[in-house]
Amino acid sequence: MQPAITTESALASIQEKMAACMQCGVCTGSCPNAFAMDLTPRQLWRLVLAGRTEDVFRSHTFFLCSQCFRCTLRCPRGLQPTEAMSELKHLAYRSGWFERSESVVFYRYFLESVRRHGRVHELELMSRYFTAMRNPVLPFRFASLGIRLIGRGKLAIMPSAEGCRDLGALFRKVDEMEKRL
Amino acid sequence: MKYRYYPGCSLEGSAREYDISTRAVMAALGVELLELEGWTCCGASAADFASRLLSLILPARNLALAEAAGEPWTLMVPCSACYLNLRRVTETIRSKPGTKELLNEALAVDGLQMSGTVSVRHLLDILSRDIGASAVRAIVRKPLSGLRIAPYYGCQCLRPYPVFDDSEAPTSMEPIIEATGASVFRWHMAGACCGASHINTHHDAALVMIGAILEDAAGADAIVTVCPMCQLNLEAFQHRVRTEGARRIDIPVLYLPQLIGLAAGLSPKQLGLELNLSKPLAVV
Repeated sequence: MQPAITTESALASIQEKMAACMQCGVCTGSCPNAFAMDLTPRQLWRLVLAGRTEDVFRSHTFFLCSQCFRCTLRCPRGLQPTEAMSELKHLAYRSGWFERSESVVFYRYFLESVRRHGRVHELELMSRYFTAMRNPVLPFRFASLGIRLIGRGKLAIMPSAEGCRDLGALFRKVDEMEKRL
Repeated sequence: MKYRYYPGCSLEGSAREYDISTRAVMAALGVELLELEGWTCCGASAADFASRLLSLILPARNLALAEAAGEPWTLMVPCSACYLNLRRVTETIRSKPGTKELLNEALAVDGLQMSGTVSVRHLLDILSRDIGASAVRAIVRKPLSGLRIAPYYGCQCLRPYPVFDDSEAPTSMEPIIEATGASVFRWHMAGACCGASHINTHHDAALVMIGAILEDAAGADAIVTVCPMCQLNLEAFQHRVRTEGARRIDIPVLYLPQLIGLAAGLSPKQLGLELNLSKPLAVV
């Protein structure tokens, strides 16, 4: 287990953000993803505020936030639940607990593509994602789309040379700053 | 009118027709677009996952480039996710002291810096408020009479920053659609979420959300969008969603500039219509 999550302070900044939550459930009622979540957003905030770290990260609810920001605009307390969801995703990403999670793997390769080329190279991203997930069904969900996109010349085989910028130095600098902050 | 133009990664790939049609229609409207030289990815929703700092620095890099490029000071962004990320930088600088210094420390690695003078605006914001429906009407050569068009806004051009439209009941596309001669199809899902990148990471949940939107559009001749992620989700997975009575959904999903361009008499080729995956609009 990585220290990022097990320490008591891991949830502290999220607890601070959500401290005024009165459990009204407007977030749950507004959430287009609630149907697919194991815990509703309202239930998740209760667990966060109670400091039940393990229960929070045993749930996949925060991975299912699609950042539509409905709850943020509707929260009668003026809280920012979408931001809090992002912080949970970030903690999960850093924790090392979710190395097999589709979200973590997908976004890792996404950023890898940005770091190397400056822009996302869709074909490279998807092929590395499929390889890393080692789920034989996964590529088939996208096979017909891939063929149609390639047929229309919409998926470049190679990243565009014109747009290519190596962002390695910037990424390293951000890493270094994050350790300090 | 002149704008700095940030296409974003999708518009170079799976959403090329959005780029092609935006450029063509802006030219037809007499609006000059100057592409931001050396632009890079805004970080999409990935940077937020990995690092809160990176999620500001990746878009800030582009704002710094735009500042260095000088006039025009308004950055036009057609992709809603890019728009949100770029806009978040300017909003965070305003609300959180010390942010700008932090960003500039990182950007110095690339010899860049920013002060926050560039204004970030969505394509729909510019179309509806700067250009306006009457200017659109003025270039119409082939009115799209008889077509019922469902305006689909999705999320991130409306929320969390309700800059140019109502975040609950958006209407900014309606005068533009009416200006093309088409009529507005009234429906409930105009500002609903398509699931965005859930299609990659939570596939089955995304299909439910996409299905609900497409079912509600039954009776419309086309759906019109202003976001590459929404557009791809709604058109590429139409035949995959489970519908009531296993009805097959087959509806054209266009980008708003493609619709305007058709009414302006531009050719399908000029609007990249052959690149869409959904069935062509009946008039084409």
